Amino acid sequence: MKPLATFHGGIHPPENKAQSTVLPIAGASLPDELVLPLSQHIGAPARPCVEPGQQVLKGECIATAATAISAPLHAPTSGTISAIEERPVPHPSGGTGLCIVIRPDGEQRWAPRHACAAWQDLPRDQLLAQIRAAGIVGLGGAGFPTAVKAGTRPDRIIDTLIINAAECEPYITADDMLMRERAAAVVSGIEILRHLVQPATILIGIEDNKPEAIAALQAATGNSGIQVVTIPTLYPSGGEKQLIKILTAREVPSGGLPADIGVLCQNVGTAVAIHDAVVEGRPLISRITTVTGASCQQPRNYEVLIGTPVSHLLALAGWDAKRCDRLIIGGPMMGFSVPDAAVPVVKTTNCILAPTREELPPPPPAQACIRCGLCAEACPASLLPQQLYWFARSGEHDKLEAHHLFDCIECGACSYVCPSSIPLVQYYRASKAEIRHKQREREQAERARQRFEARQERMAREAAEREARRQARAAAAAAAQAAKARADAEARPEAPIQPAADPVQAAIERARALRAGQTGDSSAASSTAPSPRQQAEQKVSTLEARLTKARKRHEEAVAGGEKTAAALASVVEKLEQQLAAARAELETTEEQT
Amino acid sequence: MIDLLAQHPLIAASGALLLLGALFGAVLGYAAVRFRVEGNPIVDDIENLLPQTQCGQCGYPGCRPYAEAIAEGEAINRCPPGGEDTINALAELLNVEPEPLDGEVNPVKMVAYIREAECIGCTKCLQACPVDAIVGAARFMHTVMADECTGCDLCVEPCPVDCIEMRPVATPWQWQRPLPPEQLIATDRHSSEVPA
Amino acid sequence: MAQQTLSSPHLRGALTTARVMQLVLLATVPGIIALTWHFGIGTLLNLAWACSFAVALEAAMLRLRKRPIGFYLSDCSALVTAVLLAVALPPAAPWWLIAVGMLAAIVFAKHLYGGMGYNPFNPAMVGYVVLLISFPVQMTAWVPPRESGALLGAMEAIQRSLALAPQAQIDAVTMATPLDLLRQNSALLIEDLWQQNPQFGQWGGAGWEWVNLAFLAGGLFLLQRRIFTWHAPVAMLAALGLMAALFYDGGSSASGGSPLFHWLSGATMLGAFFIVTDPVTSAVSTRGKLIYGAAIGVLVYLIRHWGNYPDAVAFAVLLLNFAAPFIDYYTQPRVYGHGATRPAEREKS
Repeated sequence: MKPLATFHGGIHPPENKAQSTVLPIAGASLPDELVLPLSQHIGAPARPCVEPGQQVLKGECIATAATAISAPLHAPTSGTISAIEERPVPHPSGGTGLCIVIRPDGEQRWAPRHACAAWQDLPRDQLLAQIRAAGIVGLGGAGFPTAVKAGTRPDRIIDTLIINAAECEPYITADDMLMRERAAAVVSGIEILRHLVQPATILIGIEDNKPEAIAALQAATGNSGIQVVTIPTLYPSGGEKQLIKILTAREVPSGGLPADIGVLCQNVGTAVAIHDAVVEGRPLISRITTVTGASCQQPRNYEVLIGTPVSHLLALAGWDAKRCDRLIIGGPMMGFSVPDAAVPVVKTTNCILAPTREELPPPPPAQACIRCGLCAEACPASLLPQQLYWFARSGEHDKLEAHHLFDCIECGACSYVCPSSIPLVQYYRASKAEIRHKQREREQAERARQRFEARQERMAREAAEREARRQARAAAAAAAQAAKARADAEARPEAPIQPAADPVQAAIERARALRAGQTGDSSAASSTAPSPRQQAEQKVSTLEARLTKARKRHEEAVAGGEKTAAALASVVEKLEQQLAAARAELETTEEQT
Repeated sequence: MIDLLAQHPLIAASGALLLLGALFGAVLGYAAVRFRVEGNPIVDDIENLLPQTQCGQCGYPGCRPYAEAIAEGEAINRCPPGGEDTINALAELLNVEPEPLDGEVNPVKMVAYIREAECIGCTKCLQACPVDAIVGAARFMHTVMADECTGCDLCVEPCPVDCIEMRPVATPWQWQRPLPPEQLIATDRHSSEVPA
Repeated sequence: MAQQTLSSPHLRGALTTARVMQLVLLATVPGIIALTWHFGIGTLLNLAWACSFAVALEAAMLRLRKRPIGFYLSDCSALVTAVLLAVALPPAAPWWLIAVGMLAAIVFAKHLYGGMGYNPFNPAMVGYVVLLISFPVQMTAWVPPRESGALLGAMEAIQRSLALAPQAQIDAVTMATPLDLLRQNSALLIEDLWQQNPQFGQWGGAGWEWVNLAFLAGGLFLLQRRIFTWHAPVAMLAALGLMAALFYDGGSSASGGSPLFHWLSGATMLGAFFIVTDPVTSAVSTRGKLIYGAAIGVLVYLIRHWGNYPDAVAFAVLLLNFAAPFIDYYTQPRVYGHGATRPAEREKS
């Protein structure tokens, strides 16, 4: 079958693939320790389910998927969990991440495996569960959990399954060698996907610079109905959106997924991993990685256990660190450089590139943009990289979004062709980060505003309720007063009020009367304003009550050994001082009368 | 009439101008009435540009009062949490000159943190927080919900045991913009050092 | 410089700005040779002055702007401006004329807007227009072509170039260009005009036709090297030809010259392949380039036929430089994933 369409632009960088296809895939030796980051995929990091010191078997699950979009992690070999700690991870930031560190015991003892040759009889859900439990993620470089991607939903019918065997980036030959050597496994994996997804068409898109792999696939697919489509070598035809356009002439809508147009795209390495998981019961614990670059004596592909330090792998390939200018994880177009070789190989590490200075010279200083438009000619998404550059420099985020910045796939074709060596992709990445940051800030500000307004509302409501209660009390007090005045008028000749007798008792009476008045009882309420001595007596009694309470709390705090004890002690002290002052005041008022 | 106009071009010209003036005046007057916008929507636009910290550093009890004041003519440079970006955005919206910030700005975002061991549960900070970001009740432990805290600083003062501190929030790594070509200085032109 | 993580890609293509400029300079060589053969060494003298002034002024401006001089001079953009202006000026133009022209081009039209890449107007054209408007006499003192038999000698050329030639001598050895003649013609049929004046050659102006063919060759070379795409030059030539054809009534006295004549006279080919294709000042998208080129072609004919100046390329280009951002805004390409080709989705919705 011939490709149906082509995408706009594209470039032809020198391929540099011949160096690493001379020798077959070799098995990498066991390193001294395996470092497994918990986040090797898109989605929430996995949650460890082992503890340091625990013995694990090869293929045993050591971290579970945290949410729906997540993947579990398995021990690549038998050994001991030596730690769960922060270690350098392969990421452009050069930072660290939480990793499970395993010290292999060298015996490679397997955990019980559930191989299943007759997977066609299994229900779909069970197959998907197996794929999920095996920790399979997209091995093409993105690392999206495969079980989620392949799990079809009723509203999205997949009519075309595309297997991405393009491997368009220079230097990388992992998929090429995998197809040459394990074409049968590739086809088996595709059959499992066919069973899961039930597409009408299955296409394998492969670039024409891989004749041996094409031949192997054609031999393996035979009459199965899987079509091997040879596409012209053009970077970046391995990009999911571009490959879909080439093979089906459909375009993935902006902001949408291939599933929106009925297409499912999986990498050829992922298909093999699915075969391994379902048919042989092996979870994802190793992958094929290309080690290449002129500073390696023998560039080749290795089947390497996940978690192997890159330095170990480079040593196997005869790496000369002194000649190596920089270390790149991934290819020269979309890979990122890491500061040192201590980082581990993860599920998405398809290539380790160790070039010399002559091979990949450092970029010359950027010159001014001459508006030549070569970048717009090369862009596979038909964007205007030049305009995006100007807007990125001036920070005009609204114009960036109007020019569809988020449709940029960061393939690097524009930076490659720029005669002025402007690092265009970096501008776009930085701008995307700034826009997302501003978006988050706006959302937070909006939330803060809503909370503020809710609080204002609440306080207004409470104030209104208090006001209503106060008015009710005032009305009740007025009514009580009126009743009392009537009662007094009747009772006055018989019982004169004796304020001087027993001040404490009088105070108690008054307090009781006040409470009675509050509840609406009209009996014996005092309507006179309290005299200074009465006020002082009230104050003393209140303070005494508070002091008792504070002392009690302080004792409790001291008994419980709490840190608040000191604070409470000072509170007690303050209250004691106030009580002394109040008592003194009471004496003065008593003396005055 | 036509003859009159033809013979006296001055009258023709002034008449034409008067007529045009009247016509455009009528159109504008109609538009002023027909398309009048009630209320002062500019206040909403201003408020949307403010950071909603509700901290009061501008001198107004919240962001909405400050937005209303700005609509009345208040200076736009009084919001430290908003920083330069907010001033520039406000300047653009209101078509005025942006001014330097009136106050100092802390570039690192901070959130409040209560040292729970020292908290006595007095609820003073709860009452001070303008966005209700502190969870607690009288004599129960108080704690700050870091996601909701705007870093306004209003809770630190009222605490009688001084157990609230402002801690910087760690910003996740992100790609930085490359230095523009014009920042190349003479001594760098032969530079071929590549930072890793 | 701050320690910064560099982003991918870590690989870049071989084309650099300096290389682009060098190829452009190489492509002007056939045209320069043709000019020298047909009009004497005056063009070479122009070039000498122009290049010297260009480099000196550029270095001075870079020093004033505190930029590293070697780095910025090495991209050869000043030399390209110098060559384009030198070729457009009358051969053996006085040195001060060239100096003023380069001042306008390098200092005003280029550096004061921010340097290479930031200038909205083509610097060589700005220089030419400034000179044309300020010094009309010197700018219309064209030398006769070899075919007319009165080729300017080397010594006289040097004298003129050093501004030491007496005015009488200049007037004696000056001839109107073919475009001049066509403009001023109101009585003769084209055929007769052709026969009566030695300035007319086989298809276009004498000497001028070869110069234009040489620049066409240079332009095709650049096209083959993919320095620019075909859209802008082809659009310009096509529009110019179309306009000439529309208004060519077979050769009456009121007509404006055949398409072939317009293509091979004046600065048409120089303009089409070296001015209109200047990336800094032209439209960016391919549709935009077509519109840009076509508009220039139309304007060139309009100004040549009905405007005040015999050769119109400079003015047409400047006018369209002005309009280029506007053209860019309205000719953005359709981005992948937006609009037309989503048949499956269309069916669903």
